[in-house]
Parts: sequence; structure tokens; C-alpha cells
Amino acid sequence: MTAALNPKFSFDSYVVGAANRLAVTAGRTVAENPGSAYNPLFIYSGSGLGKTHLLMAIGHAAKRAAPNLSVEYLTLDEYVEAFHAAIAAGQGDAFRRRFQSVDMLLVDDVQFLTNRKEMQSELLRLTEALQGAGHQIVLASDRPPAEIADLDERLISRFSGGLVVDMGIPDYETRVAILRKKAEERATSFQSGVLETVAGVEFANVRELMGALNRLIAFQAVNDAPITEAAARQVLGIAARGEGAEPAAAPAPAPDEFSTFLSDVTATVGRAVEAWRARVSEAILRWEGEGFRTKRLEALLAQETPGAVDQVISGFVKDVERLKVLAAEVQMLDPQAAGDSVFRDPERLDEAEKVAVRVREGAAPPPGPSAAFPLATFAAGPSNEKELAAIREVIASPGKKFNPLVLVGASGSGKTHLLNAIGLELAGRSRAVVACLSTQAFIDEVIAAIEGDRVDWWRARYRRATALLLDDVHLLAGKDRTQEELFNLFNVLQDKDRQLVFTAPSPPNTLEGLEERIQSRLAGGLVVTFTEPDRVVRRAVLERNLGKVEVALLDYLADRPATSIRAMLAELQRVKDAADAQSQPLTAGLARVVLEGEAPPRRRTSGFRTSGIVVSSAGGVRSREKMVWEWPVPADRMLEDLR
Amino acid sequence: MSLVNFTTREITCKIVYYGPGRSGKTSNLHYIYGRVPEARRGRMVSLATQTDRTLFFDFLPIDLGSISGFTTRFQLYTVPGQVYYNATRRLVLQGADGVVFVADSQGRQLDENLESLQNLHANLLDQGVDVRAMPLVLQYNKQDLPKELVLTPAEMDDALNFRAVPSFPADALHGTGVFESLKGISELVLKRLAQGAPA
Repeated sequence: MTAALNPKFSFDSYVVGAANRLAVTAGRTVAENPGSAYNPLFIYSGSGLGKTHLLMAIGHAAKRAAPNLSVEYLTLDEYVEAFHAAIAAGQGDAFRRRFQSVDMLLVDDVQFLTNRKEMQSELLRLTEALQGAGHQIVLASDRPPAEIADLDERLISRFSGGLVVDMGIPDYETRVAILRKKAEERATSFQSGVLETVAGVEFANVRELMGALNRLIAFQAVNDAPITEAAARQVLGIAARGEGAEPAAAPAPAPDEFSTFLSDVTATVGRAVEAWRARVSEAILRWEGEGFRTKRLEALLAQETPGAVDQVISGFVKDVERLKVLAAEVQMLDPQAAGDSVFRDPERLDEAEKVAVRVREGAAPPPGPSAAFPLATFAAGPSNEKELAAIREVIASPGKKFNPLVLVGASGSGKTHLLNAIGLELAGRSRAVVACLSTQAFIDEVIAAIEGDRVDWWRARYRRATALLLDDVHLLAGKDRTQEELFNLFNVLQDKDRQLVFTAPSPPNTLEGLEERIQSRLAGGLVVTFTEPDRVVRRAVLERNLGKVEVALLDYLADRPATSIRAMLAELQRVKDAADAQSQPLTAGLARVVLEGEAPPRRRTSGFRTSGIVVSSAGGVRSREKMVWEWPVPADRMLEDLR
Repeated sequence: MSLVNFTTREITCKIVYYGPGRSGKTSNLHYIYGRVPEARRGRMVSLATQTDRTLFFDFLPIDLGSISGFTTRFQLYTVPGQVYYNATRRLVLQGADGVVFVADSQGRQLDENLESLQNLHANLLDQGVDVRAMPLVLQYNKQDLPKELVLTPAEMDDALNFRAVPSFPADALHGTGVFESLKGISELVLKRLAQGAPA
């Protein structure tokens, strides 16, 4: 039911002249900024002067600028018909919804609203709904709103509220340009002077002009010979007068004196205002319409000669484009800062850049995961198999499977490592903004935001995160404001299926000082508990940390029980330090010495010999050796004496 | 006087029809009024207030729409021709961008024509306007009257057109020469745009 946009009717094929320049400029602006520049845009002109063409060109241009934009073109009659059909089918509401969801509505022939009261109120409702939603409306009519008979006052004011532009009859030069373009489209060429002769006739509209051109093309095709100027005049019935006289100068016996005057003045102004000034004026009109300051261009108009006008305009456009990019970026980071007037003033581009840098730094995405903890280096073993499987599922489909994910485990059990690892994996996705930080840092940020009076900004910064990972969530205890913020952030992110991951030393419902609403939300996801690392895990971690060392050392260290990886690594560090201090290689023996007892004083080491018995550190024998080494010095000496 | 306002992108031409009483200035405006489409013209105002200071002039605004990106408006004024309305004439003349001097072609009106032309020069000088810089065209009206009563355009030129400005024979009642004069003065006025005239 909706007419498709005719691909032939684009801006490229639209001939712009003095009579329609304003309308075309406004149309272009609207197509590039639907809903924001002039809304509604009301175009009126006599029949056959290009309203439909312009409407469709706007539709095309808008589509090209934003392919996802839904653009509807229809004539008022079609709209009325569709409405009646919908009402007859009892689908009135569906009809309204359909049109209210259109991004850009192009309505042709609005003048037919005359005497259609119910349609007027329908259109009024639609206009209000579309305007309210920031959707663009473009209307075309053969007369201005106020002159459409019997039109509702409210509609008149709505229609006039945006921009009302008219298009006049094209002047001679434009007529020639139109004829040339059309002849080119038809791949027809004429002898010089023929088209000018046709253009010399003051047709009431472009359609008649096209009719004349068609007659010439047909004539030329039939006669199989190029038509001459005189023949053209004959074909078009303008031969009788003009014979001998210049054909273009005296087109009609009783010309409309005002029209002649108007086109004369237009030509004079055109000459006077010179093409470059017109270009500058157009640029000003356009960018001003978009809300940019055009001081630089206005300064151009004050100069006497064109100079480097084009460079200035293109430079200006470049600056404006840059401003647009900056503003869009800042808008995402800090909506408040985007309202800054520097983003509307190309003369202050430098300042805008600075603001953007500031915002970027300030809103540099919330702290991300540390690259030091890749998932690959997390040692897997029987003790954490299931937990890791769950985490992999979260990484595979963040936000969908287990949300939130809570990692519970004793201190040093690798929660932080895993949290960062998950963060890294999630950050690897395209367009991911992963917030991964300790709860303490989170609290500090809230405080700083409150202090700096930019809580909104802070919120916006976190709300655009595609995943939020908080380490040690139990630290929120007693921090009411942060809990409040987290609660809200939690809801926003979860609603958008963004992944949330937390770590805590004990299951959420046992965490003290946390509001129940947070506890319950944490418990509502998947709680994964990490137990003490098993031997496989310990050995894997050691191997990675030590590299190439003797197997006995690895086994010895792996065999030692450890409540957590961190505790084990602390032991390892002690051994390493000792080895460094004594400039000895890392061996199982040294480790044992370091870990299981004070190294014997140097004076006693000269004659010291180990028993040669290698026992598991987990075994009961350990205590015997330990006992021996822990003998008090006198007894020690006695034993030595005995030997 | 703001002929061209680049900031608001407007061209406003104030054109004053000057000349002795009953030479046909108002006829010019009436004829134009009748030819301008309704949408383009404003209300024609004829003011007549009889108090101490007499205000008496015609005013016709014409909206030419957007030309080369400029909203173009013409404001046509007539001055009262009678000698004793000089205060009004000076008021109307203020800020004029161009003057159409409507002369009565009848031979016996030649003195009135000269007097009025001198009055124009004097008033302009009073306002500090260089007479030579002010766009001016002459219209020799009432050329439709019997030949024995009127001077020919050539004779009129000899008598009035010292500075060889464009001149147009006219019959304002029937429209001959009216738009030609308007066009002539428009061209002179607008030409000043190209010369980087006052903004």
C-alpha cells in the first residue's frame, strides 16, 4: 500500500536553481539529520515543480546515510485509503502503531486534507506521536499550510512549526539545466540552441517542460535527423512570433509582468551575490540548521572577493565532521559533557579535542582486567574441574548462562586470578567494555564521584560496561552508598544480559554487613566454591613457576600440603630466596632445609651429613627429622661427640 | 540602511518614488500591487494623519522569496509630492536604497519637476547622502496624454536628466513603463551588492 521510493528520484538527478535552492538545502539537511533539523519540514510549490521528486530524494538520502532507517513515502490519498481499510478490518490500532514506528514519514499531496475532518485528527495524532519520538516528518503540498482550506488550526500550527519552504518556477538557466540533464538521461543530443529555445518558453511547470522535450525527442526520432532551432519552434508552436526576433527574449505576448520582474531580479541578485556568496550562504544555512556556529563562514561573506572560499568551506566541513565524531564519542562516555557548546563551534575545535581527551581519560573505560592473569595459566586439577567448566560456560555465553557468577574460596585460592582471567576472555570479544576491579577500588571511585559531584557521569561510565567483575565483594560491608550504587548497577547490567562476576571468601548468604537485596542477588546466580588445591594443581603451578628444575624438588614441594596456592608460592619464594642468598642451586635438599627447619649453623655444617633417608614430607617421618634438627645445641653437641 | 544582511541572509531594498504632486507615484504602486501575486505582497498602506506633523505616504512591501539563499524583500514607498510636506518626504527618504523620480511629462509641469528634483537633491544632501552615489532612475509619466501637451522622452532627458541616469517613458495608469522603471532601479540597487556595498 505504501508506494516504494522511485530510485530515479534522487538528489543526484535533481536540478537545483534559485527557485528551489532553499527547499533542496533544507531537504538535504533533514535527510542527514532526521528528526533534529527541521521537524516537520513542509514543502509547497505548484504542481509539477518537483515536490514528489524532492520527497523521494530525501527518503533516498536518509536511507543512504542510515540504512537501518525505516522510511515511508505515501501520498495522502494512500494514507486515507489505508486508514479506511484498517478501520474496516478492525485494525485501527495496528495501523496507528505501524506509522508511529516509522523513522521518517514522507507524505505527499497534503492539500487533500481539505474536508477530511477525521483524517485531520488522525494525522494530528500521528504528527504529535512522531514528533514526540523524534522521528522526521516531511510533508508536501501545493500550497502553504495556512491556505489549505478547512484545515484544523492545530495542524496548521504543527505544520508551520518546523520549516515551511516553497519552490518556485525554475528560471531560464535552471530550465536549460533541467532540459540538458533530461536529454542526457534519454541519451539524446540536440543541436546547439534547441534546448535554449525550449527553455525560453515560460512553461508553468517542469512537467510541461518535459512534455515539450518529449515532443522534440519524438520528432527527432521520427525524422531521423537532428531537429533545428526553427523546427523546434515550429513543433512547439512558438514559431509564429519570434520570427526574426530573438526567441528567448520575448516568449509570450502578455507575460506576467511580476514573474518577468522576479526572474530579472533573481538574475541580477544571482550576478550580484555571485556564485561563491551563494555557496557560502547555503553552507551557513545548512550548518546553522544543524546547530553549529558558522562564524568562520559569515566572515567569508564580509570579504570582497571569493579568495579561498572553497578551501575554507571544506575546512569548516571537516572541522564540523570532527566535532560530530567527538561529540558522539563524548556522548557515550559522559552525556553531560556532550552538551558543551564547544562541540557546536568549529572555531573551538581545539578546546573540543581537549574536552574529549579529558572525558576520555576520566571515562576511560572502567578499570579492566589485569593481563597478568590469563586463563591459560590457571592450573586445573581434579579439585577445581567442575568449577572451571562452569567458568568456561560463562565465558562462552556471557550474561546468558550463569549471571551473576560468584567465586567463593579461601584467600589465595586463585579467585582473583580467575576473575581477571574471565575478564580477559570477555574483553577479547568485540565491542566489549569489561570493568574488572577490586571492591576497594570500586568504593573509592564512588567516593571520588560523590566528591567531584559527578555521580551521573560515574554511573554512565559503568553502565556501558558489557561485564562487571568485582573482587572481594565482602568489602562492601557497611558501605551503604556503594551497596546502593552496586545494587542499581547490578540491575541495569543484568537487565541487559551483561555478565556479572564477584569473588568472596565465603558464600554470599554468609557475608556479613551486606544488604539482603545484594546477598540474595549474589546467591541467585551460580556460586562456585574453590577448595584447597590438589596435588595436580600444586604441581602444575610449581612447574610453571620453576621451569626446569630437578623432578625431586617439584615432587617434594607438590607433596607438601597447602591450604592455598598463595601459601604454597610463599613457601617456594622462601626456598628461592635462600638459594639466592647462599648461591646454591635449587634442589629438593635445600628446599627441605629451608622449609622444614633452620639451617644448621655454619660451624656445625662442616661435619654434618644427612641421613640419606628421603621421606615424604607428608609422612610421619618428617617429625622425627624435625625433632633431630630441633635439638637444642648442647644435645646436638653431645650427639656429635658420640659420633 | 541595511541593504544586505549577510548574517540573517536578507536583502531588503527600500525604494522611494519621488516626484512632484500628482505626477503618478501612487499610480505606480497601485499598478504594481495589482500585478504582484497575493502571497508575495504585503498590505498596501496609505497613511494620512492630519495633525501638526503630517505623515502621508504609501508603503508596499513585496516578498520576492529566496534568491541565491537570500530572503529578498522590496519595500516601495511614495512621498507626498506637495511642497509643504517636506518633513514627511525627508522621513520617507531616510535609509532609501534607491529613488525612482516620477516626472510629469506635461510641458506646463516642467518647473514643478525641476523644483521637486532639486528638493530631492537638497534632502539627500541634508541626510549626508552623496547624490551621485544614490541609485536613481527617472520615469517620464503620462506619455499617453495628447502629444501637444507632453514633452517627448528626449526633451525630458534634456530638461531633467543631467547625470544621464536610466530613464523610462511611462503611462502608470495603464502600466506601461512601470515594471521597467522598477526593474531599472532594482538593477542599480542590487549592483551595489557586487561592489561590496554596505552590509
